[in-house]
Amino acid sequence: MQWINAIIQGILLGGLYALLAAGLSLMFGVMRIVNLAHGALAILAAYLGLVIVQATGISPFLALLAVVPIMAAVGYLLQWGVFNRALSMGGLSPLLAAFGLAVVVTQLLQLRFSADLQSLQVGSLSVASITITDQISIGVLPLITFVVGVVVILGLQIFLSRAPLGRAMRAASDDPQTVPLMGIDNRRVYALATAIALATVGIAGMFLGMRGNFNPTYGDAMLIFAFEAVIIGGLGSLWGTLAGGMVLGIAQTVGAQVNPSYGILIGNLVFLAILAFRPTGLMPKAVTT
Amino acid sequence: MSLLSVRDLDVHYGDFQAIYGLTVTIDEGETLAIIGANGAGKSTLLKSIAGQVTPTAGSVTFADVDITRTPPHKRVPLGIALTPEGRRIFPSLTVEENLLVGAHVKRKGPWSLASVYEAFPLVADRRDRLGANLSGGEQQATAIGRALMSNPRLLLLDEVSLGLAPVVVEQIYAALPAITSTGTTVLVVEQDVNQSMKVASRVQCLLEGRTVLEGRPSDLHRDQIASAYFGI
Amino acid sequence: MSATSSSTRDLHAVVSPHARVRRATRASWIGLGVAVALILVAPIAPYVVDRGTQGSLVTLFSLIVMATMWNLLAGYGGMLSIGQQAYIGIGAYALVYFADTLGLDPFMAVPLAVVVAGVLAYPISFLAFRLSGGYFAIGTWVIAIVIMLIVQQVPAFGGGIGQTFSAFSELTPGRRIAYVYWLSLAGVVLAVLVTYLIMRSRLGLGFTAIRDDAVAAGSLGVRVTRSKRFVFVVAAMGCGLAGAMITANTLRVQPDSIFSVNYSVFMIFIVVIGGLGSIEGPILGAVVFFALQQWLADLGSWYLLILGVIAILITLLLPRGLWGLISGDGRIRLFPVGYLLQPRPAGGTGAGAASPAAPSGT
Repeated sequence: MQWINAIIQGILLGGLYALLAAGLSLMFGVMRIVNLAHGALAILAAYLGLVIVQATGISPFLALLAVVPIMAAVGYLLQWGVFNRALSMGGLSPLLAAFGLAVVVTQLLQLRFSADLQSLQVGSLSVASITITDQISIGVLPLITFVVGVVVILGLQIFLSRAPLGRAMRAASDDPQTVPLMGIDNRRVYALATAIALATVGIAGMFLGMRGNFNPTYGDAMLIFAFEAVIIGGLGSLWGTLAGGMVLGIAQTVGAQVNPSYGILIGNLVFLAILAFRPTGLMPKAVTT
Repeated sequence: MSLLSVRDLDVHYGDFQAIYGLTVTIDEGETLAIIGANGAGKSTLLKSIAGQVTPTAGSVTFADVDITRTPPHKRVPLGIALTPEGRRIFPSLTVEENLLVGAHVKRKGPWSLASVYEAFPLVADRRDRLGANLSGGEQQATAIGRALMSNPRLLLLDEVSLGLAPVVVEQIYAALPAITSTGTTVLVVEQDVNQSMKVASRVQCLLEGRTVLEGRPSDLHRDQIASAYFGI
Repeated sequence: MSATSSSTRDLHAVVSPHARVRRATRASWIGLGVAVALILVAPIAPYVVDRGTQGSLVTLFSLIVMATMWNLLAGYGGMLSIGQQAYIGIGAYALVYFADTLGLDPFMAVPLAVVVAGVLAYPISFLAFRLSGGYFAIGTWVIAIVIMLIVQQVPAFGGGIGQTFSAFSELTPGRRIAYVYWLSLAGVVLAVLVTYLIMRSRLGLGFTAIRDDAVAAGSLGVRVTRSKRFVFVVAAMGCGLAGAMITANTLRVQPDSIFSVNYSVFMIFIVVIGGLGSIEGPILGAVVFFALQQWLADLGSWYLLILGVIAILITLLLPRGLWGLISGDGRIRLFPVGYLLQPRPAGGTGAGAASPAAPSGT
C-alpha cells in the first residue's frame, strides 16, 4: 500500500515537473536554445508571487494573474535584449548568456531575500486531501498542480498545432532563414515564444512555491528536474515531457520510500539509465515543437 | 513608371563580388526572365530584391520606395514574394500549413487557399501531406503557391525547373498565365533558356554579375543568346 | 613533433609560391621567452614570499588548470560542460585515498589521482555524448551530482562529512606549502603545455575543422566523436589534477564543496572573460578572475552577480574575451596553434615585415 501511495504521489509530482519542463521544451523546440536560466527564473516567479502575496494579502492563486503576465513580459524583454543577440552570434553564445543569466538571477534573489526557506501560504488547502484508503490519500494541491500541468501542456499543443502564431513558430523552428520571406519577423516570433515559455515558468514557479519550500538556490534542481523530464520523455514531444515528468516523479518518491536520502539519487539514476538504454526517450517525435 | 528598379547594384560575399553595377527594371504586369549560367549572379539578384543579401552599392526601389536596406520581412507587406532557391518548404508543416504561413501577411488580392488549389491541382491533392514527404515538383508548386498567398505585386521565381523532369516543369509553367493574368508582375530566374523564352515578355542575360544581352524573345537570335550565355 | 612539420610541408606544397607558411611569429617568440622566464623564476617563490601568498598562488594555478581544461572542451571541442566538478572531486578523493588510506607517497598519489579521473571519464563520455549542446551541459551536471551523491553514501570516504588529508602531517607547514606550491607549478605548466601541444597537433587542426563544420569535417575523415572523447578524457584528467592541487592546499575534502557546481561557474566565467578558443585567454581570465576575487571578496553575493553581468556582456559584445581585445582578434599570438600564411617578400630581404594575412586556429 505504501508503494502504491508512493507511486500516486510520484505521478502528481510529475505533473509539477512537466509544468516546469514545458517552457524549457518550447524554447528548445522553437529556437534550439537550452535556457540554462530556466530553473532560476521559476524561482524568480515564486519570489515575485511571495512579494505580491505579502504586499496585498491576496491568495497565491490570485497572484498568478499578476505573476504570469509579468513573467511573460520578462521573457519578451530577455529575448530582445539577450537571446536574439546571442543567437545571431552563434556558437556557444546563447548557452553562455543563459548560464550567466542563471547566476545573475540566483545571486539577485540571494541578495534580496537571503537563503532562508520560503513558501507561498495557501491556508487549509495545503493539508486538504482526498482519502482513498487508510494509507492512500491524494493531496488536493498536488492534484490541482497536476491538472494545471496537463492543461498547460494540452494548451501549448493546441496552440502550436492550430494557432497562426504557433504555426509560425513551427516554421521558424524548421527553417529560420526562410520565415522572413513570409513576412514574419523571426526575432518577434522568438520573443513571443520566450514570453509564452516564461508564462508557463511563472505558473510552475507559483505552484512550486505553494507545494513546498524554496530558496534562491532551488533553481539548480528545478532546471535539472525539468531537463530530466524532457530527456526521459523524448525531445520534441510535449506529451512525452508529461510522461517523463511522471517517470521522474515516481522514481523520486519510490526512491524516497526506500530511504529518504535516496529520492534524488534514484531519480537521477533512472534518468541516466534511460539515457543509456533508450537515448531517444520514451515518446520520441520528429516534428512538432 | 517601373514597378521595380534595381540601379548600379554591387553585391559582395566577403571578398568575392557576385554582382557588378547591375541595373534591372520591370514594369507592372511584365514577365522578365533573367537567364545565365551557374554563378552569373541570378539568385544573388533575387536575394537582393527580397532582402536576403544587402548590396554593397547601388539601390533597389520598389513602387517608388527605396527598399535597399529594408529587412526581408518588411518587403512582403509591400508586395514582394520570393520562391527561394531550393524551394525551402517547411518540412514539419503540411502543404496547407505551408500555404497558410505564406498568408501570414494579409494583403488583399485574388489568391487564397481555394484559388491556389485551383491553379495547382498538384498541390490540392497533397494538402494534408507533410512538406518533408513531397516530391521535387510538388515542393516547387507548393513554394509558388505559398508565395502567391501573400498576394504579391511582384513574384520572384528562382530556378523553377532545377532538378525537375521536363513534364513537371511544363505542368508548373502552365500555371504562369493564371498568375500573370491577375496583373502580377513576375521575375523568373532560369538556367533553362527555352522555358524562359516561352513565358517571358522580356529577357535579360547575365554573365559573371553583369548584363550582357537584353531584349524581347522575338527580337533575339538563338546564336546571340548562346554566345551571351557562355560569354564566347 | 613530426606530424606538425610534415603538415607544414604539405601546406607549403599547396600554397602559392608568393606566400609562405609559418607557425611562429615575433610575438610568439616573445611569448615563449616570457613563459620560459616565468617558469624559471616561479620556483624560487617559496624562498621569497610568505606561506599565505604561496597558498594563494596555488589557488591561482588551480584556476588556470581548470580554465585551460574547460577551454579545451568548449573553445576547441565545442562541448559546454557544467559538470567538470565531477573530476575535481574524483581527483581530490583519489588523492586522499591513495596517500592516506593506502599510504602511498603523496607525489605518486597525485599522478595516480589524475589517471583515475581519466579512467572514469572514459565510460562516462559514452553516456554524456548521447546528449549535445545545452542538454550535454545539463547532462554533465547531473552526472557530477550523481557521483557526489554516491560518494556521500560511502562510509569509507567519510560520507557527507568528508575527510582530512593528512599525508603531509609530518612535514612542517613551511615545507608542506612549498612542496604543494612546486607540485602545483609543475601541474599548471604541464596542463598548459599539453593543451598547447594538442592544439598544434593534427587533432587540433581537426578540431578547428569540426568547430567550423562538423559534418564536412566528418566526411573528410576527421574522426569527430573519437577526437571529442579524447579531449573529454584529457579535460577530466586536468580537472582531476586541479582537484588534487586544491586538496593538497586546503587539506580537506568534503563532497558538497569539492563537487560544487561553483567550480564550473568559475571555469566558465574565467574562459568567457579571458577569451574562448585561445591558449592565452583562460590564463589571462584566471588572473583577472583571481584579482577580482581578492578585490570583491567582501561583497559576498555581489561578487558573483557582478561576474555574471560581466560574463553576459562579454558574451554579447566581446565574444573573443579580453584576450581577443588585446590581441586584435587573434593577430598577436603568444602560443600560436594555427598556420600563418604570409606573403613572401619579393626581394627576399624584408623578412617579418608583412602581417599575417590569414591567422587561423582562432
